[in-house]
Amino acid sequence: MIKGGFKGKLLRVNLTTKEVKSEALNEEWAKKYLGGRGYGTRLMLEEIDPKVDPLSEENKVIFATGPLDGTLAPSSGRTMVITKGPLNGAIASSNAGGHFGPALKHAGYDMIVVEGKSSEPVYIWINKGKVEIRFAREIWGKLADESDELIREQTHPLAETMTIGPAGEKLSRISSVMFNGHRASGRTGVGAAVGSKNLKGIAVRGNEDTTVADPEAFMKAVYKARDILSKDAFAGQGAAMLGTAMLVNVINGVGGLPTNNAQDAFFPEANKISGETLRENHLIRNEGCAECPIACGRVTVVKSGPYKGNIGGGPEYESIWSFGAMCGVSDLDAVISANHLCDKYGIDTISLGSTIACAMELYEKGYMPKEDAPFELRFGSGEAMLKAVELACKQEGDFGKLLAQGSYRFAEHYGHPELSMSAKKQEFPAYDPRAIKGMGLEYATSNRGACHVRGYGTAVEVLGDADQYAYEGKAALIKTLQDLTAALDSSGICLFTTFGLSANELAEMVSTATGFPIDAQEFMKIGERIWNIEKIFNLKAGFTRQDDTLPPRILSEPIKTGPSKGHVEELGKMLDEYYQLRGWDKNSVPTDEKLKELEVQILK
Amino acid sequence: MRVLMLDQAKCTGCRACEYACSFEHTGKFNPLDSRIKVNEFWEDLTFVPSVCLQCERAYCEEVCPTSALTKNPETGVVELEKEKCIGCKQCIVACPWGSIKLDHTGKEVIKCDNCGGDPACIKVCYPDALSYEEVEDITNVKVLETATRLKEIAKDLVKGGA
Repeated sequence: MIKGGFKGKLLRVNLTTKEVKSEALNEEWAKKYLGGRGYGTRLMLEEIDPKVDPLSEENKVIFATGPLDGTLAPSSGRTMVITKGPLNGAIASSNAGGHFGPALKHAGYDMIVVEGKSSEPVYIWINKGKVEIRFAREIWGKLADESDELIREQTHPLAETMTIGPAGEKLSRISSVMFNGHRASGRTGVGAAVGSKNLKGIAVRGNEDTTVADPEAFMKAVYKARDILSKDAFAGQGAAMLGTAMLVNVINGVGGLPTNNAQDAFFPEANKISGETLRENHLIRNEGCAECPIACGRVTVVKSGPYKGNIGGGPEYESIWSFGAMCGVSDLDAVISANHLCDKYGIDTISLGSTIACAMELYEKGYMPKEDAPFELRFGSGEAMLKAVELACKQEGDFGKLLAQGSYRFAEHYGHPELSMSAKKQEFPAYDPRAIKGMGLEYATSNRGACHVRGYGTAVEVLGDADQYAYEGKAALIKTLQDLTAALDSSGICLFTTFGLSANELAEMVSTATGFPIDAQEFMKIGERIWNIEKIFNLKAGFTRQDDTLPPRILSEPIKTGPSKGHVEELGKMLDEYYQLRGWDKNSVPTDEKLKELEVQILK
Repeated sequence: MRVLMLDQAKCTGCRACEYACSFEHTGKFNPLDSRIKVNEFWEDLTFVPSVCLQCERAYCEEVCPTSALTKNPETGVVELEKEKCIGCKQCIVACPWGSIKLDHTGKEVIKCDNCGGDPACIKVCYPDALSYEEVEDITNVKVLETATRLKEIAKDLVKGGA
């Protein structure tokens, strides 16, 4: 019996047959994997062949909440999109803030499983448990925020929406899914998975309560967690004041900001694109996702110059880096405009900025014929960067189309895949592994491809006490953080809460919400279990140990300038130890003993 | 006497106030049962909280046929006596702000009661968009903000005149 946290129901929508049905949640899975990423991955393992083409009818897309969505738990507005990732074919889950997740719970469902493929564009309208599949012919082709507005006009002004932009429609492998028109599930190309189903959006509205198993104990845990967060230096103060962009000066200050396609890791002009500058010149207000006391979200505007009037959400730290330092660009107006454009077209800012940086290097080195680029593609040119963003968003010309497939495919096309700063074909974000050693291990072993939110080692290695250059202890640290974030991603709250909260507080909220006997140890075990079933999915999809690696540049080219000058990443110093700690063999395959211990041996 | 004060410029649109309010009154989470509402204008990314203003001349009180609504002269709160309410919804029609409403079942009239003097919404509003202040103090912050700007001008003026 579900006592609380979960609604206990999932909605299955088949776009081929137009069949809609409501199903009981599998309680054993809810106990073992919680919701979100964990439950979604378990369902994918059960229901699809990991070898299927991510853009085929056989792939499924799951929109999942966790047991804390729709409650007062801090930052509990996450919606997880789980699918086989279009960017690299690995198990993908990409989450966003906003208010869609809580609304889905109020509508009576923990998750939506979208199957099949519609013969023409549609959107799904879920209103108080009633579900309609509606034609979206007139909305197809519209920008993500325009689509949000149109769908709300046609459904309910207070509906919460998921929409894709033109990038997802045109199957860009770095396209995102947008919530409320401006919150992105950015990574792994989930937008293309949605687009391949001819699904333009989902609108949700409901009137049901969300309840928890032990209200009194739950609220005690919630207020305790909120209090801890409000006192935390990052979550309570830094992020509220400067947004995630506060990290620009911090990470550059330790020599870990990848610059000019990671030819260096120090950007002398970092202050021009910093959180401080953003606050001073562009910030209109802070924005918080559902129930969030941190409110790291920014609303910004360009006040003068050629991009004057450009207004929107963000940019986050990662986007500032990818369009800024990674492209050598110090023009914050251009960076902000690029970010806003990406949100409208529904394309991942981390991957696109990094792909443009990769193109710039290919161009400057002469690996890419000059005539293939519609203009001079030089590092440092904000104008060139922004023009490239526009072409990629619109997928105009061969150049734009190629950019929209990500840096790996772009670089491979010109015979130099090694210049793609990616792992498992996904571009890594704004922390240089040569300077922050654990991040390299995190990127290399991340099940969905290079990623900073599958552990967030930076929180300990730079903002915390660990030595950023040390290898010792990093395998254990990254494993612990990976397990923690896997469980957290399945509970429905935001990664940033881990700046203040430990497994204790998280387990307290999850157990009082669900009534499941989950303490900190069990919470971590749930995370480890999720990590292992993701790995099993990938092994079945054809990934091997050879895929757990980093670009050769990171492993062999020392950082040229700045505080981390001379460093390379020696991944080998951590990888074997990591597999050992995970209970995996040398080929990165989980041992039978480990799977038995985690009670998932049947899945191998 | 203390009143609820709203500051739209500080609201981040997180809606924690709605959840705190609904839990305080029902023990469950449901924004439809919240007495406070955060209005969102996504096209401008602007958020405007609204709540019962406890009007001095309260139309809801005037129109109520059973005197279920009465203004408490001491606290200034227009109080709703559930037992007397017949659910005629005249108060909802009369309220110019939409601040008195039906709960999610559509059967019960609900309105802000300042949680009896300890508003739950305030406790979760980290950006201080909501505050519960003495009447004498309600515009202090705004006055000070304006004065601070004027101070800079005044300083410049002195320089110019010297």
